[in-house]
Amino acid sequence: MIKFTSLLLIAIGLYGILSTRNVIRILVGINIMEIGINIFIVAMGYVSDGAAPILSVDSPGSLLKYVDPVAQALVLTSIVIGLGITALGLVFARRIHSKYGTYDLDSIGGDS
Amino acid sequence: MKKIFAGLAAVAFGVLLILGISASTDIFRYEDALTEGGAAARYIAKDVNGSNGEIVFGETNDAETGSANMVTSVIANYRSFDTLGEVTVLFLASLGVSLLAGTMVKNGKRKKSGFVLKTSARFLFPVMLLTGIYIFTHGHLTPGGGFPGGSMIASSFLLLYLADEGFSTRISSFKIAEGIAGLLYTAIGATGLLVGGYFLMNFLPTGTVGSLLSGGIIPIVYVLIGLKVGSEITGIVSSMYNGEVKV
Repeated sequence: MIKFTSLLLIAIGLYGILSTRNVIRILVGINIMEIGINIFIVAMGYVSDGAAPILSVDSPGSLLKYVDPVAQALVLTSIVIGLGITALGLVFARRIHSKYGTYDLDSIGGDS
Repeated sequence: MKKIFAGLAAVAFGVLLILGISASTDIFRYEDALTEGGAAARYIAKDVNGSNGEIVFGETNDAETGSANMVTSVIANYRSFDTLGEVTVLFLASLGVSLLAGTMVKNGKRKKSGFVLKTSARFLFPVMLLTGIYIFTHGHLTPGGGFPGGSMIASSFLLLYLADEGFSTRISSFKIAEGIAGLLYTAIGATGLLVGGYFLMNFLPTGTVGSLLSGGIIPIVYVLIGLKVGSEITGIVSSMYNGEVKV
């Protein structure tokens, strides 16, 4: 069920990217889409009634009772790279604003 | 008009995704990967290089990787090369931010912040810093690790930037810390290459699963990652901030 909610988030993020020409809003859309994809990957590695993949004193005996650690490791990587993309994108947006005085991509082209 | 087309495209995309994934039953299922001895099962049982027997928390000695947190054992041991690349991507992002933000022009002055705000920020700062350090030194035992710990360190610096208008750090010192941490990470990898024959090998004894000094090179690597990520994100924050207010 969480799987399909995350697909909904991906679609919302796509709408956010397509529907506006404002750079900051496009970045927010990219972030929403990214969160959807991350949730989807983690949800694919879920086992029903699974425990967190950390050994502790009351950890389940069976191997099958842990959720997938590989998916979580991949999502950690993806979160960090998403942070880098967002930071770089925000600085680009800032540069666009300091040069053209607007965040709207439609109103900067052509006239100069 | 644009919004209608965007909405149509998004709805079509979402419907296609949901239909496609609910229709295909043979798409990857994690239970199958476990029962067939897939990668995840081997990572959980710590038997990639041969069987270790049953892993018991607090008792098993010298198991492969020896880290109680399995996600950490994947990130900092089995797929450590991947993490090295990831840290490099973050370094490139921070380099790009500092290059682009360095030439930005000043826009407006900041208001002076009050005494209560400044003092409480200075009171919170060491607590946040210590929590970040705790998170990345215990990355092989508890949830967390180098990336969340480093982000928490960076957020403690961000708090000082936001609360105190006179606060400034020297960006070059963060660059030096970041470079040293990255260099040590690759040096540890090269030591593994010399000792055991492959890059980033876990060449130290792994100790008892669940104790603080366990996991071989995992805690060392994770502390280095924590310092590197912390200084990188602090560098991003301070170059964005200084680009806006100074110069």
